[in-house]
This record gives sequence, C-alpha cells and structure tokens, in this order.
Amino acid sequence: MNFKSTIGLEVHFELKTKSKIFSPSPVSYGAKPNTETNVIDWAMPGVLPMVNKDVYRLGIMVALATNAHVLPTTHFDRKNYFYPDNPKAYQITQFFQPLARDGYIEVEVNGKKKRIGIHEMHIEEDAGKNTHGTNGFSYVDLNRQGVPLLEVVSEPDMETPEEAYAYLEKLRKIVQFTGASDVKMEEGSMRVDTNISIRPAGQKELGTKVEMKNLNSFDHVRRSLAYEQKRQEQVLLSGGRIQVSTRRFDEATGKTVLERVKEGAADYRYFPEPDIAPDHISQEWIDEIAKTLPKSAYERYDDYVNKFGIKPYDANVLLQTKESSDFFDAAVAAGADPTLAANWMNTQVNGYLNDNRVELADVKLTPENLAKMIELIKDGTISSKIAKKVFAETIENGTDPKKYVEEKGMVQLSDLSVLEPMVKKVVDNNPQSVEDFKNGKDRAIGFLVGQIMKETRGKANPKVVNKLLNKELASR
Amino acid sequence: MNYLNETIDSLNKKLASGELSAEDLAKATTENIKETDKKLNAWITVEDDAKPAENLNFAKNKLAGIPIAIKDNIVTNGVKTTAASHILDNFMPMYDATVITKLKDAQATFVGKTNMDEFAMGSSTEHSYFGATHNPWNLDKVPGGSSGGSAAAVAGGQVVAALGSDTGGSIRQPAAFNGIFGIKPTYGRVSRWGLIAFASSLDQIGVMTKRVKDSAEVLNVIAGGDEHDSTVSTREVPDFTKFIGQDVKGLRVAVPKEYMDAVSGEMREVIQKQIDTLKDAGAIINEVSLPHTKYVVPTYYIVASSEASSNLQRYDGIRYGYRAKDAKNLLDVYLKSRSEGFGTEVKRRIMLGSFALSAGSYDKFFRQAAKVRTLICNDFEKIFAENDVIVGPTTTEPAFGIGEEVSDPIKMYNNDILTISANLAGIPAASVPAGLVDGMPVGLQVMAKRFDEGSVFRVADFIERSNKFYEKTPTAMED
Repeated sequence: MNFKSTIGLEVHFELKTKSKIFSPSPVSYGAKPNTETNVIDWAMPGVLPMVNKDVYRLGIMVALATNAHVLPTTHFDRKNYFYPDNPKAYQITQFFQPLARDGYIEVEVNGKKKRIGIHEMHIEEDAGKNTHGTNGFSYVDLNRQGVPLLEVVSEPDMETPEEAYAYLEKLRKIVQFTGASDVKMEEGSMRVDTNISIRPAGQKELGTKVEMKNLNSFDHVRRSLAYEQKRQEQVLLSGGRIQVSTRRFDEATGKTVLERVKEGAADYRYFPEPDIAPDHISQEWIDEIAKTLPKSAYERYDDYVNKFGIKPYDANVLLQTKESSDFFDAAVAAGADPTLAANWMNTQVNGYLNDNRVELADVKLTPENLAKMIELIKDGTISSKIAKKVFAETIENGTDPKKYVEEKGMVQLSDLSVLEPMVKKVVDNNPQSVEDFKNGKDRAIGFLVGQIMKETRGKANPKVVNKLLNKELASR
Repeated sequence: MNYLNETIDSLNKKLASGELSAEDLAKATTENIKETDKKLNAWITVEDDAKPAENLNFAKNKLAGIPIAIKDNIVTNGVKTTAASHILDNFMPMYDATVITKLKDAQATFVGKTNMDEFAMGSSTEHSYFGATHNPWNLDKVPGGSSGGSAAAVAGGQVVAALGSDTGGSIRQPAAFNGIFGIKPTYGRVSRWGLIAFASSLDQIGVMTKRVKDSAEVLNVIAGGDEHDSTVSTREVPDFTKFIGQDVKGLRVAVPKEYMDAVSGEMREVIQKQIDTLKDAGAIINEVSLPHTKYVVPTYYIVASSEASSNLQRYDGIRYGYRAKDAKNLLDVYLKSRSEGFGTEVKRRIMLGSFALSAGSYDKFFRQAAKVRTLICNDFEKIFAENDVIVGPTTTEPAFGIGEEVSDPIKMYNNDILTISANLAGIPAASVPAGLVDGMPVGLQVMAKRFDEGSVFRVADFIERSNKFYEKTPTAMED
C-alpha cells in the first residue's frame, strides 16, 4: 500500500524589538536572570499591558515578505494556564483573529517548484524560563517573559520531509532579510513545531495528526518527519491506529518518542483580552513599511551574480546572514570593487570572526574602511602582503587604512628611478641566476624578486619589479 | 476633626488662610478615624504618620493638604494594598496607580486605605478578610459594596472625599446606602493602571463625596489619558465644576419604566419626588424602556466572573502574596495557596467564570453574554438619541442588615440590577441622595451618554440643591 503524508509547520520567531511586547523592559539575549523585568513582567496586581507598536511593524514586514494579507484591526486574546514561567497565568496571544493571513512562499525541491501556503501569522508574548536546580529548588527567570513572538502557521501543503526542510530554509531566509528576527535556532529566536499525518494514497480525508515540538535544528525536523512517516506507515500496515499525540525527537537514537496523548484539546479558556484597545492598521502605514522592506536574499543573490559577477558560491556565503550582506553592500556603496570585497569578506573577515568567535557587529571594521583598503590594493598603493597587516589593524582598532599606511610608511615602492638601479645591481650581483634564467629555469626570477623585496623590506611593488627584471634579464 | 460639615472649598479656604495647618489636619484626621472606626471599621490601613505634601500651593491645587481616602484595591507605592483579601494581606506595592500619582501631583494628603468586599466582589462589604464595615446611619446595616469602606468613611465624616471603584455598582450602591454622592465615570475616562483588576472591561475608578461639587473637583484631577492604559481615552477632560450651579430647564430626562417598576412604596415616592422636582424646574420628562434590563444580571455575572477568573489567576503563591506553608509540590502550592487565600465569594466567582469560558460553555455563555451586552448598549443609544440623561432609583431597597443576605448569593446578585447596565454600556452614572426611607438613605441614579459626565454633575447638583440632604447627619455619628 502507498501512503501520502500531510505536513504542516508552526514556526515561532522572536521579533527583534528593543523592548518587550507589553512592557518597556529591554530585550537582550543572555542577561543575568530577572534583570530585564519590571512590574508588568512580574504580573504585579494592577498592571496593564501596552502594545509596543514596533511589534506590529516587524510582523507586517514578515507578512509583506510572505505575500500575506494584513488585517485592518488588531485583536488580542488570553490563553489561560498555570505555570511558574507564566506569571499572569495567561498568555496574551491572537487566537480569534491574527495579524495577517493567506500568504505563501515558493520552494524548490529536486528542481520542482511548489507554492506553500501560509495560513496565518499572529503575535504573542513569550514566557519566562524555569530551571530546575539540583538542590531541590526550581528557579524562574522572567527576562524572556514578554519577548515578542511571531508565529507563522503554514497550510498543510507539504508532502515530504524535504519539502518541509525547503520551506523552513526559505522562510528563515525571508524573515532574516526583513531584519525582523535574528532567526537563530540555537538562541531560540526561531523555534519549529511540526505536525504530520499519513493516509493511504487515494483516500480523501486526512489521517490523524501527530505533533512534534521544540525541534532544535532543521536537520532534526527532516529526520523526525522521515522517521514519523515510516513509523505511522508501519502502525497502519500492522492494523494499528494513530493516536492524536505529541512526540519528541530523540537525537541519540534518531527516533521519535511519545510525550503525551491528547484526550480532547487542552482547555485554555480563550477569550478576548479586555485590557488592550484595538489598534487600526492603516493601508498608508502598511505602504510606508513596504517602502522600508529591505531587498530579499533572492534579489540580492541576483544582483551579486548577474550585476557584480560574483561566483554563486561566494554570493551564497555573503548571503548567509543579513549582517554580512548588508556590510558587503555598504562596502560596495562606499566604492569597493565587488569581487575583491566579496573575497575579503568571505576569507579574511569571516576567518577573523571565526577565529575570535565574534560577530560583525562586535568588531571595529567598517564598510568604509574595508572599501578604502581594497582601493589601496587595487591602485597598487599597498601589496596584498601589507594589506594583511593593514586589515589586522583596521579590524582590531578601527584605524583608517589610508592614514595608517601613510603614517607607517607602508606605501608600496613603485618608483622606477629607485627600482631600476636596484634591479640592475641585483642582476649584476647574481650571475648564476642570470645563467639559470637563460637556461629556462623560471625559479631564478623568484629568487631575484626575493632579493629586491629583502632590500626594500617588502615594500617594492612585485608587479613592477617583475616587469623590470624581465626587461633587464632579456637585455643580458 | 470630622468632615460632616466641610467641603473641599471650605477646607481649601481654611488652609490657605492659615486658620488650619495641613500637618494638624492630617494628624486630627487620622486620630478621628482611629476613634470613629471602632464603630465603622471602614479602614484596612490607617497611616500612623500621615503627612501632607511639601510646598503646598493652595491657590493652584484645590486638594492641597486635604486628606483623601483610597479604596484598598488601588495600589499605593510602599503602602500595604490588600484588596481586602487574605491572599494579599501583606502585599506591599512597588509602584503607584496613575490616580495616586495624579493626586500626589495635586498635593492631596494620604491617610490610608478603605475596606471593601474582597477583590471588589460583593455589594455589602461583608466579604472582607478584615471584617464587615458598618453603615453610619445604622450600625447594624451594611454600607453596601464593594466600596463600602470609602462610602462609610465619607458619610461618617472621616474624610471629605474618597476614591472607589465600580464594576457593577460598587460606587453608586454604597453611595446610595450611605446618603452621599458617588460617580462612576465613563469607562475609559480614568486610568485603570494600578487598580487591582476584577473585571477589566467593566472596572472604573470613581469618586465618593458628600457634596456633588467635591466629586467634580477630584475627578478633574484623576481623569485623562495615560500612557500605561490603552483603554483610557486621550480626549480632553472638561472642568467638571463648571456643570455645578446650573438649572435643568429644557433638559431631556428619560425615566426607564423597568427601573421605576423595581421599586415600590415609600421608596418609589421618594424617587418620584426627585423626578417631579426636575419637572417643576422645567426639565422634560420622558418615560422610556430599557427592555433588556431583565437580562443584565446574568449577562453581568458571566462577563465579570469570566474576566475575574482570568485576572485572579496571578495570585498563585509564587511571586508575591500568600503562599500555603505545607505545600509539597507545585500543584500543591497553587491549590493550597489559592484555596486558603481566597474567600468564599471570590472562589464562587472564579469557578463561575472558569466554567463560562471552558470549552463547550464559551459559546453558550460568554459569547451569548457578549451579544446581550451589545443589545444593552443599543438600548442606551436609542434613549440618548432623544434624551440628555436617564434617572431612576440606584437600588431597589435601602441598606439591608448585616448578615441578612450574605448566605444568599442570588439575592445579593439581584441587588445590582439597576446599576449593572451602566458598566456593561460603559456610560457615566452617579448616585445622589434622594431622601430617607425608614430612616435609611436612598439614592437617585443619574446616567448620561459616554463622556458626558457633565450632564450627570448638572442634574445631581440640582437635586442636591433641591433636597439639601447634606444637612442631615448620619444617626450613628450624632453622639
């Protein structure tokens, strides 16, 4: 018997706002427990939520980037449940009416294009974090309480784990390049829940849905779905019945494990949030936001490869993060040669970041300084060997490459009136090399270049030296 | 020092002239409260060391140096705030409610927090962890509720003005029972930031004073937009005192048949007499109908209890408030702390609300109630298209005896039938003393359309000037 799978994904993105969704507490990753909280986050008696309008803006950006329709009036609801990381004992979410609905994105799997629908996206607040100590106590950290989340709910349009993977990749890239979220699964700024059901080919009605929560990588999503496909097939083939349930993926065994069986839907007693007045989202505002929407990774890729002539591989490396792509764009805008800039970004800059385990935002290198340095290389002012020193200085200390090169006397020696006599002298002093050269030994020229570099302490322009040497040797 | 014959104007004059010092006033006030509260039990907290603000400006701030009572469900930074509940009986807030900040800016003096029904759930102030409050007109009677402490404190001359809160009549009903004026402003006129929530879509902070003008003075201070509350209106706040001292000639006054039918005998006569006074002064009286009045009690108890069941979930024994001592695990902490910390009436409403919101019940109860609420709003809209105000009785009867109804919740809930509609519709409503029935005060309710507190003040002030009820002194305070 053949089976067909139906897969749907729910993806949570932490929206990148300066403050929380309903309180003025700051939002940052890794702060000391409970230092980024106030009376609202603690659900003190008498407090009220005030919506951070930037949450709407970022949500609308994602809606626009995924072809979704933004609803003109906002609405919030309460989801009620008790847990220590949930201080109000209700989560403010959008249950009865989302921020936007009816979007889609296009994915490509094995050369086949497919449109995956987005059912809706809604905004809500994150909960705090419970940790369980070994001393018999549990601890609550409310820093994360009230961090804004955007939940993007797909239509159940995917039929294979590969399609789900492609959807996730594409969705992450789209959201990443709106700048609305950091999309880092390891920091929890992107979280994925999946659901899958299977049914015999030809059967119309969908099978029983199994959910998987808190998958911590795209690879786990793919592997867990593939496992679940097979498991459900075996259950059905052996005459069994699929239970409505939640399972988790066990990384070590590569299997999914039953977490809990749902006996009727959990009762969250949803009802409209009376503490938040509805906001009107005007078409003008949406249009204004649309104008600020950054170029997508796909548009940028097209620019890099077709306009700048950058190799596809290099273009993709640049597009791994919005930050590196933005940095590169800024360097090009500041006058840098695109191919050279791409090379520097992908080798030296990335190398430095990896070695030091830092991010672009943490270093003092500016796109302007990178452009200046590339200009110095291009016009022959510095050699690529010197350039490495200049680069180290500018990324460490933010020094202006031009000034640095001038101050340190690193300017490349291209002056013929200096180099010509030097070349003559070196050739005079090394008759053996001249002999070798004439006998066709190319290595000889390298030796002679080395001699001149030694003499000039590396400052001689290798191109010019090469040219002069060839000319001198030819004349002997 | 008692305030039985004082107004904000009279106090302001005495303070400005130096006849009275604000320090002495604060001290004399708390001393009198401590003495008279042996009878009334109107206060949960009386500040031992109440002090006026510094650099008092009597010309600029009418309330400068004047003690104001605060209902104990309004949070006060560093001053215990309990909502009359065991679950918060040691709770010390870390911030001020917006109304408190505004009163501080206006240099009012704070002397303490008044008694109430636990979490404002009740109409008698018997449901308080700190014991029942007594009516200054007859100590065996309830002062009404839930703002019974504030009402008794004003009627008993302990303060000239008090803040209350009104979710289904909690300002107007005790005002009526105590022979004072009390106004619930339009929903969205006064910030709820710092008001311990009972039912968020109905709760509104208001003012209780002996004289109508004094409420206008206090409302002038506490009303207006607030960056902490998105449900409060940013529209401009008029000077409410300009509605004092006007006539009612040509004013269109609607009298709902259903409201008049709810009262009988002497009570009906007293109310009718007030309406006749308005008519004699040139007001146009129209009998109207509020046909959905019979549905307001169930509608209200579904909406209010549902919201309350969610609002009160935060009292879980984890971060603040009462935590059961012998809890063994997390579920135990929740169950025991909440079972021991909440009183019977609060638990009843949490259960009622949780049920109304639960899967399978939501459509039958909450959704239906929301629909009826819309119909009630439509009733009012129709009436206000042709009328300026609605008047009628505030309550069906004068104050009942302490202990008389506490074991009959349905009877207690039905007491609210005349006050609930204004909360469901979000319109301003007040109760002004109408007269005495069997020696106990009764009130005339005045309602107007949203944000037209002005008309409410205008009519109430006219009634006050006509019947001069303020000249009477509550019987129990006479000696």
